[in-house]
This record gives sequence, C-alpha cells and structure tokens, in this order.
Amino acid sequence: MSILIYAESAEGKFKKVAFELASYAKKVAESLGTTVTAVTVNAGDVSELSKYGVDKVLKVNNDKLAGFTAKAYADVIKQAAQKENAKLVLLSSTTDSIYLSSLVAVALEAGFTSNVVGLPVSTSPFQVRRNAFSNKAFNITEISTDVKVLGLAKNSYGLVETASALTEEDFDPSIGESDFGVKVESVEKVSGKVSIADADIVVSAGRGLKGPENWGMIEELATVLGAATACSKPVSDLGWRPHGEHVGQTGKPVATNLYIAIGISGAIQHIAGISSSKVKVVINSDPEAPFFKVADYGIVGDAFDVVPRLIEKFKTFKEQQS
Amino acid sequence: MKILVCISHVPDTTSKINFVNGDSEFDTNGVQYVINPNDEFGLTRAIWFQEQQGATVTVANVGGPETEPTLRKALAIGANEAIRVNANPTDGFFVATQLAEVIKNGGYDLVIAGKESLDYNGGMVPGMIAAILGNNFVNSCTAITVEGTAVKAVREIDGGKETVSTTLPLIIGGQKGLVEEKDLRIPNMRGIMTARSKALTIVEPVAAPVNTKAVKFEKPAAKSAVKLISPDNLDELIDLLHNEAKVI
Repeated sequence: MSILIYAESAEGKFKKVAFELASYAKKVAESLGTTVTAVTVNAGDVSELSKYGVDKVLKVNNDKLAGFTAKAYADVIKQAAQKENAKLVLLSSTTDSIYLSSLVAVALEAGFTSNVVGLPVSTSPFQVRRNAFSNKAFNITEISTDVKVLGLAKNSYGLVETASALTEEDFDPSIGESDFGVKVESVEKVSGKVSIADADIVVSAGRGLKGPENWGMIEELATVLGAATACSKPVSDLGWRPHGEHVGQTGKPVATNLYIAIGISGAIQHIAGISSSKVKVVINSDPEAPFFKVADYGIVGDAFDVVPRLIEKFKTFKEQQS
Repeated sequence: MKILVCISHVPDTTSKINFVNGDSEFDTNGVQYVINPNDEFGLTRAIWFQEQQGATVTVANVGGPETEPTLRKALAIGANEAIRVNANPTDGFFVATQLAEVIKNGGYDLVIAGKESLDYNGGMVPGMIAAILGNNFVNSCTAITVEGTAVKAVREIDGGKETVSTTLPLIIGGQKGLVEEKDLRIPNMRGIMTARSKALTIVEPVAAPVNTKAVKFEKPAAKSAVKLISPDNLDELIDLLHNEAKVI
C-alpha cells in the first residue's frame, strides 16, 4: 500500500496546493512506514514533486482530459488508487478537488473527511482534526473504512521540502463516454489578476470606503503586494464590487497568509469566512469595530488617510527588498 | 419537471457555537435554526422553475422531528410538499444514501442541494448522491436553466467561472448566484397558513454503513490581543509584518 495524492496542475504547471499536499502526505507516510504516489493529469514536467517527498508519479497524458471534467478525473484517481492499493487518498481543497473528492470516495467505498487541518490526531483508530461550523470550531472525526479519503484545507500545513528519488510511470486509465456527461462550453477567467483562491495576500475592503469610486487605492495596494482584492458582503450586495469578491460565510472562504481588512467592521459571518487566514490586519476608524478583537495588528485611523501612505511605505519596502 | 431540494437544518449564522457532554455534542441551547443558506438559494431557484416552467418542488431533509419547522418554512416559501427521513444525520455518506433512496422512489429530474452546510461544512452530500445514482453532477453551481432535458449551468471555479452543458437527471451543489440575496423570500402569512395543510411525509431510513464519526469538538484557542499601531507610524506595521509575522 501507499498514500495516493492527486497533484493538481493548470496549464502544465503544478498548483502550490499540490506541493502542500505532497508535503503533508510525506509526513503521514513516514509515520505509517509507507511511500507517496502522486497521480497527475497532463502536468508536463513532474520532477518538481521530488522536492516534496513524492516517491512515484503516475503520469496521465490524455487529450480527452484537456479540460477539467469531474467524473472523468475522479475515475482516473480511483483507478490510480486501486493500482497502487492505496489505503489513503489525499486531495486538496481547490474548487475542482472539492468537486472530485466525494465522487472518488463513493467509487472507492471510502470514508471521506473534508477540511482537514493538521496531521492525523491518531492513526489507529484513524482520527483527523477538521474545520467545522464555518471555522468557529474544530471537530475530530474518526474514519473507520479500509480506504480513506481526506481533503486537506488550503494553507493549513504549508510547504515542507523533503528530497526523494522520484520514479515516473505513464499511466493510461480507461475513461468511458459516461465520464463526459457534463461538458465544458466555455471558461471565463479574470486574467492578469491574482485570484482569491491562489493569493498569499488578500486586500479586502468594506462599506467604510463609502463608494465604488474609492476602490482605486485598494486595487493599487493589492498590486503593490501582489495580492488579490476582496470585499465584504454589504459591498457586493450594493453592487459596488462583483460577487466573486465577496468573502465570508456565504461568500468565498479565505485561507491566506495575510489578510488586510480596510473599513470592514467585522460581522461574525465575515470573520468566520476569513478566520483560517494566518495574519490579519485591520484598518478602521472605529476603535470599537469587532474586527479588532480577532486581528493580529490594528490601525485605528481613516482609510483615506492611512491607505495612500501605506501604499508608499510598501513600495519603498518592496524596492529595498529587490 | 420534478425537482427535489435537499434542505439542511442548521444553526443561524450568528449563533454562538458551544459544545456539551464532554465536547461530544453541539449545544443547541438557545440556538435558532434556519434553512442552510446554500440550500435556500437553491430552493428559491426551484420556486422560480415552479412559477415559470410548471415544475413541482419537493423538499427533503434527513433529521429528527425537531427539523420539521425548517421544512414547514420551505413549504411556506412555496415548495409543494416535504419529506423527512426520520434519522439522525450521522455522516455525509449516510445522508447521501437516504436522499438517493428518496430520489429513486420519487423519480426526480433535478436535485438541488447546497454545496455545503454551514454546520459540518462537509461539502460532500450532493457529489455522493450523484455518485450513488450515477447521475450528472455540477458542483458550486451559480446559475442553471433547463429546456426539456437540456441543461446549461455555470460553475464557479478558482478565479473565474465555467459554463457547462449537461442533461437531466442532474444533481447540483448550489450556492449564491442561483438567485441573489435580494430574491430570497420571507414567507408571508398566506404562505405560512397554506404550508400547514401541505403534505409532510415521514419515511424511515434505509440501512447504510457508518464510515465516519465525529468523536469530539474543540473551540479555537483564545487569541492574543490585537497589537495597535499608530497611523503615524506605518513603518512599524511594515516591520512587524516582515520580521515578526514574516508574511511579506
């Protein structure tokens, strides 16, 4: 047996979550005395996985899988798991991998636990800690099936380099017509912008900005930091910003390294959505804003005064670093 | 078109989250329950299909008698009938197995479930139902139209969206976007009165394996107090983010 991971790639390049998943799998494999196999789909050069402890790669290259099709990809992962006799199958928490996980679990008759944070609490019985109640609590879940599927929460483990001797093997699973019941017609991606899902830093703003015309400085701050932009629910409800930017309990979850909240008071639903972020900075003119209770660093001040000066400070800092 | 909307009965988003019995159970004391928000967007879209395309809308839930007010609320919003599978929703696969049985027996064309519930956040039930039944499945669905058996749907992807085509029977994992917040309906008095006489059928669960079990809950450790930085000393913030937090 080995541990199988699905190492997700886009346009022939691995996503950062693939390396995080490999790092995590390696650590679990060490404690179980086993190895890590990764399955990749049209990933191009896979050698980078050897930095993160992957022992073997099953490379799937198939034009039919050029676009993401959940059922077909789930079928590939299932067949890879069966080939490797994997008892533990690990996936990340990108939108695509979340889509896949439950299909893979049913196909393998495996118990499935999502939103896993940290290494297993115990391997016998097999117990993991996971986020629940919209990040307001954790729950320890025991999986009792022979094969287990875990979905690792984004940015919950980090990257750990462990060099390994990687063997590569071409893998040609059988994919049938029935795998393509859902066909992709078109994909729209906002180009030239960092997405909230991929960002290490997110700059977010709320009603304190007073109107959509004032977002220029938020965009600029995000550009300086290489960050994604986000907003609070009222701002997206008012149509000041696109819905795709709404973060919080009913919007997008944010699990980033640095979250900067500007003019956001910090409603409980907003905090729940962003609480997996590592470091939180709040800038708000109201010292009583609830966000100050959950933030790491706070500035009580007027965004229109603070943000432009902060942009200049970050610019200077970036210049010194380069 | 026969539509089934799967309804989770969850604590209101503002609820205080506490645990009892040695942190093994959620403390329901004083907690208000609501229709899971992701399910409510789906229910509202289903009612649109009912009003515009003559669909019938059934709502179903897996839970004890305490979840019936949530089903009645869905009926008051406009669903035609409700089904409650009389069982404790122990894990995602158990719930999916029960709902798959309801779907098989009812012959539904379109099944709308929220992409995840706001209590356990498992995000697995819609996909598992699809896998059990072998039906088409679109997750993180933000728009759907149906003409005959042809379906066009939009799925949220990281950094954008994707338009897909598929056919009924179909399961979707729905979310905001199916309808907007402003389209959500607050039941009126007439709806509430009518809901009382609509059918709420109770069915007993079918056998299903217990694959996973929540054994314990924990609350996050208390946070240390925020470090306040003067707006006149922004260099300090840069220094802290670089040297202390090491995030820039």
